[in-house]
Amino acid sequence: MRNTYLKELYAIAKEDKNVLSLVSDNGMIVYDDFRRDMPEQYFNFGISEGHMVTAAAGMASCGKIPFAYTIGAFLAYRSYEFIRLDVCLQNLNVKIVGIGAGVTYGYLGPTHHSTEDIAVLRCLPNLTLLSPATPKETKRLVHYAYEINGPVYIRLGNNLPSELYGEGQEVIPGKISIMREGEDIAIFATGEILYQAIEAAEYLHREGIEAAVISVHTLKPLDEECVLKVAQRYSLLCSVEEHSILGGLGGLLSELLTAHGCGNKLLRVGFEDCFAKGYGTPQQVLTANKLNAESIYQKIMQECK
Amino acid sequence: MLEDIAKEIRKDIMTAAYHGKSGHLASAFSAVEIMTALYFGDILRYDKNDPNWSNRDKLIVSKGHGSLVLYSVLKKIGYITQEELYTFCQPGSVLGGEPKYGDIPGVEATTGSLGHGLSFAVGVALANKLDQKKRRVYVLLGDGECQEGSVWEAALSAAHHKLDNLTVILDRNKLQAMGETEDILRLDSLEEKWEGFGWDVNEVDGHDIEQLIRVLQEDRDKKEEHPRLIIADTIKGKGVSFMEQVPIWHYRMPNEEEMEIVKKELGITEKELEA
Repeated sequence: MRNTYLKELYAIAKEDKNVLSLVSDNGMIVYDDFRRDMPEQYFNFGISEGHMVTAAAGMASCGKIPFAYTIGAFLAYRSYEFIRLDVCLQNLNVKIVGIGAGVTYGYLGPTHHSTEDIAVLRCLPNLTLLSPATPKETKRLVHYAYEINGPVYIRLGNNLPSELYGEGQEVIPGKISIMREGEDIAIFATGEILYQAIEAAEYLHREGIEAAVISVHTLKPLDEECVLKVAQRYSLLCSVEEHSILGGLGGLLSELLTAHGCGNKLLRVGFEDCFAKGYGTPQQVLTANKLNAESIYQKIMQECK
Repeated sequence: MLEDIAKEIRKDIMTAAYHGKSGHLASAFSAVEIMTALYFGDILRYDKNDPNWSNRDKLIVSKGHGSLVLYSVLKKIGYITQEELYTFCQPGSVLGGEPKYGDIPGVEATTGSLGHGLSFAVGVALANKLDQKKRRVYVLLGDGECQEGSVWEAALSAAHHKLDNLTVILDRNKLQAMGETEDILRLDSLEEKWEGFGWDVNEVDGHDIEQLIRVLQEDRDKKEEHPRLIIADTIKGKGVSFMEQVPIWHYRMPNEEEMEIVKKELGITEKELEA
């Protein structure tokens, strides 16, 4: 995902000299091509994330289109007020790109995890919130972010997962994507944990339970119309996220369903008001926190009993 | 006469606050001569008929609570009317206690939470360099504001990027909300600190318009590749005897009795207050 992002940003910046790439001392090798070919469009602000965000706002006020990139935890939490006041309140054309979504930095632990970022960011007015799961989603959404004249947050994982979209299947910004059909339960997922959700659906299939899996790559604005249509078809819904169950995908689905008087049961799978336990590869940390495919499958089975 | 303009701005600050029943008066009074020198002493390049002129210099009022001095200047230029100025802090007005970008012609950034304006200005200065324009960016920075760590992140960044198109005027009135800066969280020596961060530092009497203009003009003409800081020695509440250097006036409005003194000292008529 990170490499896809950088490849697309490179292409966009080549065409539009106003597009600037800002980093906060992050991206040693992956930014080499950009730095070499467009040095005047590249700024390393050093280890000062809040300053980078506000300087980006100043640049945007002069017609530039900065993409400010670093570890998501340092953007969403440390730089929160700078995002709120300098980017969102002033509605400036700044793209904030947070890498290391969820527990991507599994070896480093909770200081580097972004497991509450959706919750704190999605209530900010004017901010579009994108959370791609696959290279194809990333590619389309980076261009979508560039097309929007306003603040955007892109939540990126670091890994290089294989593609889940079929060749003819389109990613439509602002819409949900149905990744798998099924009549018994609908699983909504956002970000790379979509892979675990699809695997969990395979396990369910072996038990005779058919799960639809839906990718919610655009968290804000949410595709309310289609989510509500899905809700009409299933009595049991499930949200899966590499994030707290408070305020993230589960939170926003709960709000929507309640506001529309839907009677669905919603099983929220994510961090249950806790920080991630353990260290290791992202997969190992997901497993330790019961967010791997098998755990998701077991939680759903328990609900289906 | 620039002194007359400064007088008019002080009157407008008080009258607008009187109508809005609020305002950081003393913080605004502190910067009247600085703002007069910048806007009416031929320092800032702007078009009085077009606040969005693309080649204008920009001023970021980082001490956003001093908004009244900015609004009064914008009224003097003609970007807002006197009637609009007198709507300060009232329902339906765009003129809040802290200035908001996009709502008010001539306001270049939303400020209010301290420690943001300099970072924003660094972004503007970098954009100006990319565009190879000679536009300058100025920042009015509070001294208490220098207690925010983000100011020093921005100070490092400006020096690193050799932003010689950026000038900060530090309104050094030595007071903050609860008392003296040196008692609450020591700042001195500000000169040494900023020089140590790689800035070109000058000091000036912040109420001497002629001196301010001279220093600001020299500053414009300099060729060194450093960002510039001008420490303006000021008096918080300048112009109203009982407010000068008295911390309580950071955010307080005069009562009826005190208002009589204010009217006399600033030359405000009853009619102006009724307007």
